[in-house]
Amino acid sequence: MNKTKKHEPLVHIAKRDSLPAYKAWAIRATAILAALIVAGIITMLLTGENPLKVYSTMVKGAFGTSRRIWSLLQSLAMLLCVSLAVTPAFKMKFWNIGAEGQVLIGGLATAACMITLGDKVPNVLLIIVMIVASISAAAIWALIPAFFKAKFNTNETLFTLMMNYVAIQLVSYFEMLWENPKGSSNIGIINQATHAGWLPTIGNFEYLLNIIVVLALTVFMYIYLKYSKHGYELTVVGESENTARYIGLNVKKVIMRTMILSGAICGIAGLLLVGGTNHTITTTTAGGRGFTAIMVSWLAKFNPLYMILTAFLITFLQSGAGEISTVFGLNESFSDIITGIIIFFIIGCEFFINYKLHFRSSHKEVK
Amino acid sequence: MLATFIQRAVMQGIPLLFGSTGEILTEKSGNLNLGIPGVMYVGGISGVIGAFLYESSLAAPEDANAFLAISIPLLCSILGSLIMGLIYCFLTVTLRANQNVTGLAITTFGVGFGNFFGGSLIKLVDTDIPSISLTTTSNFFRTTLPFADSTGWFGEIFLSYGFLAYAAIIIALGCSFFLNRTRGGLHLRAVGENPATADAAGISVTKTKYLATCIGSVIAGLGGLYYVMDYANGVWSNDGFGDRGWLAIALVIFVIWKPKSGILGSILFGGLYIIYLFIPGLALRTQELFKMLPYVVTIVVLIIVSIRNKKENQGPQSLGLSYFREER
Amino acid sequence: MAEALALELKGITKTFGSIVANKDVDLKVYKGEILSILGENGSGKTTLMNMVSGIYYPDSGEILVDGKNVIISSPKDAFAYKIGMIHQHFKLVDVFTATENIVLGIKDGRFNIKAAEKKVLEITEKYGFKIDLNKKIYEMSVSEKQTVEIVKVLYRGADILILDEPTAVLTPQETRKLFNILRKMKEDGKSIIIITHKLHEVLEISDRVTILRKGMYVGTVDTKDATEQSLTEMMMGEKIDLNITREEPVNPVERLVVDNLSVVKNDGTVALDNVSFNAYGGEILGVAGISGCGQKELLEAIAGLQVTTKDSSVIYKPDDMEYQQLVGKTPKEIRKLGIALSFIPEDRLGMGLVGNMDIIDNMMLRSYKSGRGSFLNRKQPKSLAEQIIESLEVVTPSATTPVRRLSGGNVQKVLVGREIASEPKVLMVAYPVRGLDINSSYTIYHLLSEQKKNGAAIIFVGEDIDVLIELCDRIMVMNSGRITGVLDGRTATKEEIGLLMTKSVEREDSNE
Repeated sequence: MNKTKKHEPLVHIAKRDSLPAYKAWAIRATAILAALIVAGIITMLLTGENPLKVYSTMVKGAFGTSRRIWSLLQSLAMLLCVSLAVTPAFKMKFWNIGAEGQVLIGGLATAACMITLGDKVPNVLLIIVMIVASISAAAIWALIPAFFKAKFNTNETLFTLMMNYVAIQLVSYFEMLWENPKGSSNIGIINQATHAGWLPTIGNFEYLLNIIVVLALTVFMYIYLKYSKHGYELTVVGESENTARYIGLNVKKVIMRTMILSGAICGIAGLLLVGGTNHTITTTTAGGRGFTAIMVSWLAKFNPLYMILTAFLITFLQSGAGEISTVFGLNESFSDIITGIIIFFIIGCEFFINYKLHFRSSHKEVK
Repeated sequence: MLATFIQRAVMQGIPLLFGSTGEILTEKSGNLNLGIPGVMYVGGISGVIGAFLYESSLAAPEDANAFLAISIPLLCSILGSLIMGLIYCFLTVTLRANQNVTGLAITTFGVGFGNFFGGSLIKLVDTDIPSISLTTTSNFFRTTLPFADSTGWFGEIFLSYGFLAYAAIIIALGCSFFLNRTRGGLHLRAVGENPATADAAGISVTKTKYLATCIGSVIAGLGGLYYVMDYANGVWSNDGFGDRGWLAIALVIFVIWKPKSGILGSILFGGLYIIYLFIPGLALRTQELFKMLPYVVTIVVLIIVSIRNKKENQGPQSLGLSYFREER
Repeated sequence: MAEALALELKGITKTFGSIVANKDVDLKVYKGEILSILGENGSGKTTLMNMVSGIYYPDSGEILVDGKNVIISSPKDAFAYKIGMIHQHFKLVDVFTATENIVLGIKDGRFNIKAAEKKVLEITEKYGFKIDLNKKIYEMSVSEKQTVEIVKVLYRGADILILDEPTAVLTPQETRKLFNILRKMKEDGKSIIIITHKLHEVLEISDRVTILRKGMYVGTVDTKDATEQSLTEMMMGEKIDLNITREEPVNPVERLVVDNLSVVKNDGTVALDNVSFNAYGGEILGVAGISGCGQKELLEAIAGLQVTTKDSSVIYKPDDMEYQQLVGKTPKEIRKLGIALSFIPEDRLGMGLVGNMDIIDNMMLRSYKSGRGSFLNRKQPKSLAEQIIESLEVVTPSATTPVRRLSGGNVQKVLVGREIASEPKVLMVAYPVRGLDINSSYTIYHLLSEQKKNGAAIIFVGEDIDVLIELCDRIMVMNSGRITGVLDGRTATKEEIGLLMTKSVEREDSNE
């Protein structure tokens, strides 16, 4: 019991008061750079190509042709849309990791309208019904865990996570119910002939509508969080439920209202994906965006404007890594590995922004 | 029929049991590792890589040595999941990153890693085998207990599994014993409940979290190994493991953090997962609705536990939070 | 008194960011003595002891145990040197039993809970503790939890025990029991350090007193040579002639009539027991009492933040409209009537302020709803913030600095400043000067007097009886959720108040 090590702690960690913004961004930039180098080395080991070529392939894959740029922008817009959706919830410290399911339910509602009402009502009316249906379906889906959180403090992380799979199985069920052609177990392109319920395209740009909608949402979310009373309230709830109660805020109401908003935007994402892009629905329509969005939002410190950057970074990586896998004949999951590595580095670097290390110089005399 | 159902349910349940036991151990230390699905993929594919390299090095399948055929994939799997556990710990414990975000990143990475090597292993080593089918290795893993075939329903229900299935049950029992009856278990639970208290009592929070999470990851990874080597007969198919990792996390809640209950719970979940196959006359699409049963059941348990609000039935108090001694 | 040194600190300094918590502190503890460390809130007592118990690590200075220079970088090290600390916020695992908590962290041979239980029983019998070892912590009372903490430290073989504000949460009877146990330990040769700011306890229990002020060592005196006055002087740094200007109330009007107000907490304990009193506009009503005697519940109940029992009544009598029954109204409605609550909680940021928001955003916590539309108006909050920063001399880089980055005193100024700015008819403040330096405290007293002059009814819950006596027009004393007396602030004496605070209230728990 008396054997005590006689050493001073070598490294001492202390919380930083604050770090100038430029330094924080420099640390983040360094982390991304380091991550790219590691990713380059791994690619080199697997393909034997020189890393510079790997990077240029990535850039080419992302920006090579105007088609690719559009497709990049479309992916960026969709990821950003879901990231915007989860952000108010996160800012309230409500871990909504059920965006995947909420997007799917929004998409499912859209598809349901297109299939059941297609050609039966005027197209304008159909699209209005689709918008209402997708938004309200996803909002209700998101409200369920919020209700239980507000009422019984049910763990929302796990609840929303489970709801994803309930949604996936629901979609799977309807995929078979509405299968077309019979026996194919999937829906195929809905209203291929009539384009009923297809969201309009602006000019010749297939994805422009989606991009504009998401841009508008970004501005909306930025203003909502920063300048609206609702945004203020949810921040207070997120920072301190005690204070919120002290100032007479109805915390339950704020939790439910915020999750309705979160779900509603997921519904819009589902609407854009099904009505505007894919014109069909499968269990992979959300495509993991519900999870990636969490990282996008978190990396951007829940600031919608920064989210454009972080969403861009992830989308660029994914499409770039996708290109690498095609060019060098690697499996397409390669992009997930690269994304994973980069995120490891970025979340790791936050430590150096929030804490500082003191190295004790007890060995000074040993010079 | 019933015996077959139970046997199939157990087969389905074993990967979940591994996953949930590993996750319980991890969560008891206060780490909510949402990377478990990724870890299980890595555990599976690492075993596949080991077995693949071993099998490729043999002149003929008959030369396979039972000991090597089992221990090489096993070690590779353990190593793979261990590294994932270490990455998670380094980020969340040492660098105090957000656990949810880190966990999801681990899952992205792990699933990608599994599918990547599953899809390009053959290409990378330049052989002419058409697909990864490790039947030789798998046969060793699937060796059942003696008398499995000759004892009728008894054999089918109790003896007809590979050794990893029994290992899963032993590990779960061992975990339960460890958590409730040993000093290490007491310390581990203290860290998950109240790290400041544990720290003040002289328990190293960092070390405990690292150990619990890494060992938990290794156990979960074995679930991936069992799935590919035993359940899937040594055939790796991309995304074949599916959502079992999330189901394992659901199981943790379902059994309210009790590894012993995990044994029956996993079989129940396994049963729910495949019950549609045993209900005659179900339309294909209705089967899909049945597949959501385990999740629905979990949600119901989650709600009931939170409504009853009994201290003993809650998850560890500091689950999901990182610990910094000098926080003021 | 034994003369062997058990523990010695030399020149200990510790800073947190820009805040100096301890500067060049020396301390000596002998074997078999009880040493009090006395100082105001925020004088660095706890920080200093946290370095002895391995929670913090000093920036510079030496720690000597039994005359040997030692390095204590973790609680484990502290235990190895037989030092144990009982923190103010208990470090216990709620879902564990007493025994499980006591043996936590000890590695001695085979794990055997039964054997450990026997050893624990020996300790409890030796010193006369009464606890149920199989009870879970979350089912225990505060005093029981404290007992578990002390036994835990003894079980580890500690020879030096540090208790941080051990009596803050105890009833007078429980305090007496605790002191008896401490004396037994002292006879047993153990060294005991008590962190406190209560003078009478210092005089009652300790052999010597070390006084800290603003993180610095002031001096050490033998208790037998000390008086309340001399200790106070050392603690405050100057003679406490508070000299707070108190003007006569100008035609006081009845503003608040509280009748039969009772609050029963979730766990069934009575927090507030049939409290009745009046508060007048233009006067300051002081509330005295040991902390946790229902002061918090009283203010919260008036503000609508507590569920009250059905006979409770709080009538608000404004000049310009009908009388209002506040019981049953929401916090927001009560607030709108002009009744402000400014409660300074222990962690300051828990209630009333949001640490990560800047001063401007914190200004509008109460008022953001006003004004039409769904958008925030930051203009008024901004000018208010600037005004408070200037008039209260808040030390901050700017109005857009997150409140979390300010020091405790400045945080408090922001909070109190905001409450006062809303010009309430009834202003309730609790512990508004907790942790503040003298100058800031005076600023706050001045602000309260100002409000009184403006006709507000002020209910002031304070810790420092000297201040209550000099500042308040009437002083209401609370004890175990009841009012034990209301005194005239101009004639009340410290002894009178102290008596009312501590005299035992006939209760079912008086099983001495």
